[in-house]
Amino acid sequence: MLKIRRLRRFLTPVMTLGLALLALVLVPGLLGQFVADPDQMRLMAGGINAPPTRDHPLGTQNEGRDLLTYILKGMPNTLLIGLVGGGSAVLLGTVLGMLAGYVGGSLDGLVRNTVDIGLTIPPLAILIMIAASFSIVTPLMMGLVIALTSWMHPTRVIRSQVLSLREREFVLLLRLSGASPLHIVFRELMPNLIPFLAATFVNAVATAILASIGLEVLGLGSFQTPTLGNLIYFAIIGNAMWLGLWWWWLPPIVIFIILFMGLFFVSTALDTLANPRLEQG
Amino acid sequence: MTPRYLGRRVGTFLLTILVASTLNFALSRLTPQDPIAALLGRMASRGRTVENGAEIVSLYRERLGLNDPLPQQYLNYLSDLLRGDLGYSLSFFPIKAEAVILRALPWTIGLLTVATLLAFLAGNLLGALAVWPRVPGGFRWLVYLSMPFSAIPYYLLALILVYLFALNWPLFPLGGSFTTGSGRGLDLATLGDLLHHAALPVLSVVLAALGFWALSMRGIMATVLGDDYLIYARARGLRSRRIFTHYAMRNAMLPQVTALAIDFGRLISGQVLVEIIFNYPGVGWVLYNALRAADFFVIQGVTLFMVFAVAVATLILDLVYPLLDPRIRY
Repeated sequence: MLKIRRLRRFLTPVMTLGLALLALVLVPGLLGQFVADPDQMRLMAGGINAPPTRDHPLGTQNEGRDLLTYILKGMPNTLLIGLVGGGSAVLLGTVLGMLAGYVGGSLDGLVRNTVDIGLTIPPLAILIMIAASFSIVTPLMMGLVIALTSWMHPTRVIRSQVLSLREREFVLLLRLSGASPLHIVFRELMPNLIPFLAATFVNAVATAILASIGLEVLGLGSFQTPTLGNLIYFAIIGNAMWLGLWWWWLPPIVIFIILFMGLFFVSTALDTLANPRLEQG
Repeated sequence: MTPRYLGRRVGTFLLTILVASTLNFALSRLTPQDPIAALLGRMASRGRTVENGAEIVSLYRERLGLNDPLPQQYLNYLSDLLRGDLGYSLSFFPIKAEAVILRALPWTIGLLTVATLLAFLAGNLLGALAVWPRVPGGFRWLVYLSMPFSAIPYYLLALILVYLFALNWPLFPLGGSFTTGSGRGLDLATLGDLLHHAALPVLSVVLAALGFWALSMRGIMATVLGDDYLIYARARGLRSRRIFTHYAMRNAMLPQVTALAIDFGRLISGQVLVEIIFNYPGVGWVLYNALRAADFFVIQGVTLFMVFAVAVATLILDLVYPLLDPRIRY
């Protein structure tokens, strides 16, 4: 019974809406690649700029590639960039934020100052510098490069959470009973921060995907791998909108809107879980 | 404000600029791609015959100082930066990179200042009214509707707006910043033309930013509502509208003004992609073309401008903030 009640508390209307929207994107995004026929990706698999038909449910683009296949093959890559980028940023932020917040002293000073300076440098500027100097060839690389520019925010928020937690009585008790700092930080403090970390992670994933679309729309993506951002870039380059080829530019935008709305609702719901006082606002 | 605080703050500012420019230098020197070779490749691809290619490469390298040892190059780079010299644009060769950027800067500043201010005003008003007592419920829904919009990136909204209001119902122009061929005098017709071209880009930025302001204002206003001075104002019999504007809003605005200042710093780095979609001749458009043409020094210049703008905005904010809020002392 307890489990059901906890599940109920977790599945607020906002959370349900967010998860439903995410499922709408994630299920075809993760499973579709196995159904898609790679043959449809090659040049001239269909006519040029052909509107949707039974053979090509989302039509074709200016090289005759089937767009539904491109989307099904591209979605896992876009999601991978988000997971790798957001995941590594939060991982790095958690380790640095927890150690800096708990240990304090010169380590804290170093982390805090690095974060302060890093936060004032716009990530897009660094990303452009990196992407313009090295060609980013895989989604994994793209995710890691994005994580390099986005770990500062998670570090700062996690550090401030730890700062407030470590003054609680149970931490004092643990310290008096001789528990090691690493044990306290990762075994005792961390579980308290799980909902908070989850919200931070969801936000970081959204940030990473946003950054990757930005780079790809600027033409700094890896064009060998299909992603939804690259699809938009090629649609702009190919004048899809001006030629009235809605089946080329509209689907990736609709997918992104559903994805970002889903992430937004889930992170809002997690925020209220992590901080029940927000609900009254 | 103590001199010590001032010194530390200016020190951080200088350090930020130094870190960013060093990164800029290091990354560009680590690249396997030679900017001059890229330039020649581009000239060749345009069908221009490149005779004495090797000679031209060495001439350019000499002129751009790419043959010096690295530490020497770094020092030259820093001293050039101090003098505001960003190097030559490779696409428009005798023109300097900073000239290309400065020419585009007024468009970006004009477009995005208007958009940022509109979003700020509308969003804060919406957010504040959402929790103010005796505001019609339908209005509250407007706020909730505006919030998910903040999750959609502005450039995707821009693409949809172009389709709806420039192609499907051609109410607004497809792009550009003014009608070509019209004289650029200072009359009402020109102004109208400029606004007509700016309407859709501004709208896409405003729609995307509105929810963000509304959301945070709603949170701040909710805490202000319970404060004693509001109860006192009501007890004095002040009109509700006056309490709202002069007492509640005024106090709730303070943290929002901070965020606004940082947003102004992000004018260049935050919303430049909108210019690509609308062919708007600002810094974002310059960047886009520079990236496509591998116009090395212009790319470097734009990224430095982005860093510089944010650093200056946060510096000014930190120095002015104690004046805005007398409770803060350094």
